[in-house]
Parts: sequence; C-alpha cells; structure tokens
Amino acid sequence: MEPAAQDCHQPIIQIKNVSFHYRDQQVIKDLNFTIKERDFVGMVGSNGAGKTTLLRMIVGLLPAVEGSIELFGQPIRKFQDWERIGYVPQKNSFNPLFPATVREVVMSGLYNRKKMFRRLTRLDHQKCEDALEVMRIQDIADKRIGALSGGQQQRVFLARALINRPDLLILDEPTIGIDAETQAGFFELITHMHAHHHMTFLMVTHDLDMVKDYLGESPVSQNGKIQFYVRHSHEIENCAEVDLQHSLV
Amino acid sequence: MLDILLSDFFQRALIGGVLIGLTAPLIGIFLVLRRLSMIGDTLSHVTIAGVALGFLIEVYPLAAGLVFAVLASFAIEKLRKAYKSYAELSIAIIMSGGVALASLFFTLGMGYNTDVMSYLFGSIYTLDTTDIYMVGGVTIIVIAVVVMFFKEFFLLSFEEDAASVSGLPVKMMNMIITVLTALVVSTAIKIVGALLVSALLTIPVAISLLLARSFRSSIVLSVIISEIAVIGGLMLAGVFNLAPGATIVLLLISLLIVTLVGKKGFTT
Repeated sequence: MEPAAQDCHQPIIQIKNVSFHYRDQQVIKDLNFTIKERDFVGMVGSNGAGKTTLLRMIVGLLPAVEGSIELFGQPIRKFQDWERIGYVPQKNSFNPLFPATVREVVMSGLYNRKKMFRRLTRLDHQKCEDALEVMRIQDIADKRIGALSGGQQQRVFLARALINRPDLLILDEPTIGIDAETQAGFFELITHMHAHHHMTFLMVTHDLDMVKDYLGESPVSQNGKIQFYVRHSHEIENCAEVDLQHSLV
Repeated sequence: MLDILLSDFFQRALIGGVLIGLTAPLIGIFLVLRRLSMIGDTLSHVTIAGVALGFLIEVYPLAAGLVFAVLASFAIEKLRKAYKSYAELSIAIIMSGGVALASLFFTLGMGYNTDVMSYLFGSIYTLDTTDIYMVGGVTIIVIAVVVMFFKEFFLLSFEEDAASVSGLPVKMMNMIITVLTALVVSTAIKIVGALLVSALLTIPVAISLLLARSFRSSIVLSVIISEIAVIGGLMLAGVFNLAPGATIVLLLISLLIVTLVGKKGFTT
C-alpha cells in the first residue's frame, strides 16, 4: 500500500496484522494496510466478502480478533476525536418512515460524545446551514427525509457527514439502491470533493466499474475477497502543499 | 354525574392520568422508532408479578412492581445481547416469566383478586396520595432525562451505527431508555391497567407518525393526542363507571381510525 517515493502525508488509518473470523469462517486474514491523509481508498468486494466487517472494525463497532487498528495515531479503543470522522451510511440503514426533517438529520452530525450535556449553539446552527448550502439542499431542509429520492437522501447524509468538516470521510456502500444516473452524479461529487478539499476518503462499494475510473484499473492490494483500489495523496498534492495545509491547521 | 368528576378520588386520577399522558408518549416515541414497541407490554406483565408479590408480603404494591420492572429491564438488555439476531426472543422470555410469576403469586394469595383486577384493567378509584407522589417523581425523572439526552436519543433512534461512530455510549443510552420505560409502565398500570398500558406508549406515537413531519412535532403531537385520550377516557370512565384503561385505549384507537381515514381522504 505504501507509495514508493518518500511521502510527507500522515497516516490516518493503520491496520496491523488484523484477522477476523465468524466461528469457523475466516473473513480477514493478517491484513496490513495504511491509509494516509488525502488518500482515496475504495474497498471493493462481493456480498459476504467482509467489507462491512472490516469497516465496522475500523470505526470500533466490532473488535478485531487479532492485530491492532489505529485512527489518527491512536489505538481504536482509546480514540476520542470522533468529530474528525464523517460517516455516510448505506441508504437503507434508516427507517424511511422516521419523522425527521432534512435539517434535523444534518444537525445530528454534530451529536457526538463531546457534545453530550451541551446545548447547541448559534455556531452549530450556522454549521448546519453551511452544510445544507454546500450540498445545495437548503430548499428541501424542512422536508421529511423519507419523502426524498435516493439521490437526495444521500446528499443529506453527505451534508451530515461534512458538518464537522471532518478529516476522514467513510462511505459505506453509499450508492446502493440508487439509479445509475444518480450514482454517477454522486460519485462525481465525492471525487470533486477529494480533488479540491484536504480530506481522506474510505469508500466501501461492490461496484467495480464506478471506482476504476478514478482509482485506476488494478487493485493495489487484496485480502481474501476484498480488493483495495487507491488514489494516493501524493498524486494530487506535493509536500509543499501538505506543509502549507499543516501550517494552516 | 358531576359529583364523580368533582370527587377527590377522580381529581387524583386526573392528576395522575395527565402526568402519565405526558411521560408515556415521551418514552414511547423512542421505543416505537427503535421497533421495540412490545417492551412496554413485557414490562407491564412483570410489574403485575411485583404487584402481586407486594400484596402477598404486604409491601407497597406499586413499589414492588417498579422494582420488578427495573430488574426485568436489565434482564431484557442482557438477553438482547445474548441473542443479538433474535432480539424479540428476550421480550418473549421475560413476558412469559412475568406472567408465570404473577399467576404463582395470585394463587398463593387468593384473597386479593379484586385489588389485582384494578391493576390489570385500571381504575379511577384506587389512586391514593402516595401513588400521585410516585407518578410525580417518575414524571420529573423522565422529563429531566429526555431533555438531557434529547439529541443523543434522536440519533440513537434514527441510526444506531451513526451514534456509535460518533462515540456515543450506545449501550448505556439503550439501558436508560429501558429503565425509564420500566418506571413509566409501573406507575401507569394503576390507571390504565397492565394489559393496556403499552397502548398508551405506542398508539399516540402511531397517530403522530401519520401526521408529523419533524421529530419535534411528532413528540408534541403524540403528547397532545395522549392527553386528549387520557382526560376524555377518564371522564367517560367516571361518568359511566367503566374501567379507565378500556375507555382510554378505545378512544386512542378511535383517534387512530379517524386519522387513517382522514389521511386517506386527503391522499386519494
């Protein structure tokens, strides 16, 4: 996974010797894998390949049987900076009859451990309006989420993920159940974001054709039935640009 | 007729009913949206076992019922973890356990059948001052906790994985909601009755889901609907000498039918 040339980008996700099995079935075996800042990684595989299992381990929802996972240099068990991660779920992960407006859903991107017991501030509301504007969904902000099309719903979840201006964006099969035209539009949107914003992307998908255009024809690595396609950060920015970004932070 | 409505016992029932009419949908919305509507039913059956034991050993029955309900809420969460893919199993196991214990205590203390009937179907005559204090205490706790965790409960109900990825203590919040349900159910059964209490947790929410667009408005609507049914149902029970559990639930179902028909009229 490491690029051959010297790289000044910091590691965002480090997976070391990770294995996982359900009873007798080995799903992931001795996986070593590093995602650096501003990389775009596509995790591709058929149903049952273990993509979701790996994703759940990376975000701490599932403990690894063996090995270790670090997020932003911290072991996953001790990780606290959840606002640095934006998460876009599968379209069918929520109840479409849930009585929530687009604005309420986008706002929920701010509800993390650090915000517990705290009231939302005027700045929080402004962040929500900004996220709605960036995704161009202000005009549907007061509509019920279940009444929207699949493409609109994914823009809402993207706005929710971006509300904290995260460093890492995780997308779990974001285009499942969405028509081909909307899928293409959504993929264009996130690749544009990758090219123009200092963010790292990890996307789980079963759609090989979609990732090949942006991440290259061949996987850079494979573990079991999961293939990893990567567009490395050093392909889109040099070390001088990275230093400038770090000095701004 | 008005004499009954002005009597002390009816006034107490009205105060207790209005408080329960507030707390039941406030907790019920999080149960319905997380598809755990049956938890209320389970906890009410276990509460009856506690009430029956209370009569048997001469301890304040509602307190014994509350302890049973809280213990059962812990047991449900434990079993939910043990049978992750079959979460409803925990509800079936605890419910049958509660009914079994209740019938055991009933048969051990044959003399108090009349009192037990009021716990099964509700009564406007049995609420005393201690009960009012208990309902009042539970109301304060429920409102305080829901206000404190409102945004976290919203995310938990909308999408549990997103709540986990945000670092929220999902297990603890699930436990809090279940314990609050136990508190509401055990204090509500004296008015609505154990067999009907889950209706007060779920039907106002079911109606609000048909009408409300936002989460906040669905909470407000479900509380309004619940209060209409509780106050109306208690008055009908007082005037016609009926079990208030029956009148409240039948009023709720009537409101649901009217809403469904009205909604269909608008959409077709």
